[in-house]
Amino acid sequence: MSEGIIYWLQQTLNALQLGSIYALIALGYTMVYGILTMINFAHGDVFMVGAFFCFLAAVYLGLPFVPTLLLTMLGAALVGVMIERLAYKPLRNAPRVSAIITALGVGIFLENFTLALAPYPKNIPALLANATWNMGGVSISSLQIIIILLSLGLMFVLDYVVYRTPVGIAMRAISWDKTYVPLMGVPLDLIISVTFAIGAGLAGAAGTMYGLAYPVIDPYMGIMVGWKAFISAVVGGIGNIRGAMIGAFILGGVEIMVAAFFPSTYRDFVAFTLLMLLIVIRPYGILGQPRTQKV
Amino acid sequence: MNTMRNPGWEWLMAQRWILPALLLIGFGLAFAIPEYNLLNKYVQLVMMYVGINIILTVSLNLVNGYMGEFSLAHAGFMAVGAYTAALLTQKVLPIADYPGLFPLAVLAGGLMAALLGLIVAIPSFKVRGDYLAIITLAFLMIVKSVIENIDYIGGPRGIPGIKKLTTLPWVFFWTVATIWVVRNFVYSKYGRGVLSIREDEIASDLMSVNTRRVKFLAFMVSSFFAGVAGALFAHLLQFISPRVFDIIKTTDVLIMVYLGGIASISGSILGAVLYTVLLEVLRPSNFAALVSWLPDVIFDPLNQYFIRHLGVWRMVIMPLALVLVMLYWPRGIMGLREFRWFVPKRDLDAHHRHVAHGGSHDAPHGH
Repeated sequence: MSEGIIYWLQQTLNALQLGSIYALIALGYTMVYGILTMINFAHGDVFMVGAFFCFLAAVYLGLPFVPTLLLTMLGAALVGVMIERLAYKPLRNAPRVSAIITALGVGIFLENFTLALAPYPKNIPALLANATWNMGGVSISSLQIIIILLSLGLMFVLDYVVYRTPVGIAMRAISWDKTYVPLMGVPLDLIISVTFAIGAGLAGAAGTMYGLAYPVIDPYMGIMVGWKAFISAVVGGIGNIRGAMIGAFILGGVEIMVAAFFPSTYRDFVAFTLLMLLIVIRPYGILGQPRTQKV
Repeated sequence: MNTMRNPGWEWLMAQRWILPALLLIGFGLAFAIPEYNLLNKYVQLVMMYVGINIILTVSLNLVNGYMGEFSLAHAGFMAVGAYTAALLTQKVLPIADYPGLFPLAVLAGGLMAALLGLIVAIPSFKVRGDYLAIITLAFLMIVKSVIENIDYIGGPRGIPGIKKLTTLPWVFFWTVATIWVVRNFVYSKYGRGVLSIREDEIASDLMSVNTRRVKFLAFMVSSFFAGVAGALFAHLLQFISPRVFDIIKTTDVLIMVYLGGIASISGSILGAVLYTVLLEVLRPSNFAALVSWLPDVIFDPLNQYFIRHLGVWRMVIMPLALVLVMLYWPRGIMGLREFRWFVPKRDLDAHHRHVAHGGSHDAPHGH
């Protein structure tokens, strides 16, 4: 294979890895938005908390990969539900911005609370033996493959849950209408909590995988990754689950490709300019439905 | 507010001469304090930060509170103002010979920011709500990224060694100017337009409000003062870099706006003062000085178990306090209310009606 194609394939693999991490986080944003029309700005920090849970489970409990992943997802899900119950539920009928500012406050709280407990960046140990294969010049690490496949697996499970199970039907029904659907016997509070639990659990999984791919973690890591994941959700059409996945892979692809072919400092500039153009041209994202405003 | 019915409070609020009197005293103090060192340097510094934060908060409230959009770009406009002014004072203007040229640099910073505000206003004709929030976020990131990539202005390293030209009188002047302009704008014909856009953009269009011109103006005024605040900030901190103006800076201003309350100038002032001063008070040395009058029996354990750890925990306490305020006062401290001193006389009647009805602003950027 020619040099150029090998380079392309290599970068595509990197893009898939970054995109799948963004996708896992973006799903949480989009699910909460779909059901509450609320931007959960604390979500990026739940991802960070997930990475720290992974660190705790791996270092202090000495667990291997699979239990660490499960424990991290469970811990993050608990944090997500707690945030929803304590901070967002009382504001469900308040002005929408109050909930958004509360979410910002919860995010800053999580960052600094973690900072107070863990003042220095932590190193996540290698939980998986990392083998590297060379396939026609493209070097593929087993870690990359596991991250990509596991994320895709989780996304398929989520897609199945949302589109094929009673819980998923209830979630979609509530996102459609919050006044009359509960009257038909759908438990509103429970379904909202389940939504937060699933979203936060996926963010926890993303935290684990991010920690495996980029082992140094710190309390502020969730800010930028969180915003990027949120942008992915918007690009795909916020509130749309499949859109969030597509948006995440697009953003991951753009970031990696810009860094590959331009000076890497142009990455944010190109990524955000494209985003701005996309929103101006297609304000409802790739899969989003334009909402007509009744007059 | 219960105090509204208190006759003493009613009388106090009805005295229209108090605000101009306070203004005069304020100007006097702003000149006297640094001249005769009435307060120590640290307190003066905090006062200047408070002023800059008031400028930022009042100007962001125009777009986020009165117009009901959710802009995240404020730190970007601030960066533009800061860099423009810093470059002027460092490389263009002969500041060393004529320090009186400083206001020119501040003005230029504001104008440059206002120009970019126009660019952000254009997508707002088509895009609203969360999607406009993303555009403003993208704008902030683009500004940061552009600055990082221009080597002439220091790139990611920023500009060190900016002259300290920001003084208490200047901060006071610009704070008052911001409040005055925004207040007059809000109670003008265009201000009505701004409010009508928040309530229902299509309806206000149909009622022959020129929504495009109103949006242009609101974004321009708001970003102008963000630029001014940036210019003052740069010449106070004496060092700027792209990192200073990241999303965390915007978050700070957002917190001050919504803590104080949307669509309220007095709320923005309160929010900025409370947030800035509380963060300073919670510094260990300040807090210790504040409670040093306590007897040793109480002070020593307090110091050992609480104050000494404040350096880390104050940033945990502040967001918790913010969440609690939001839970108990979802509209912020002064949301949609105003001290009558800030309301023009001819509007007082209308203002009371507005407050009494107060209801339909619940979804400032709903669909």
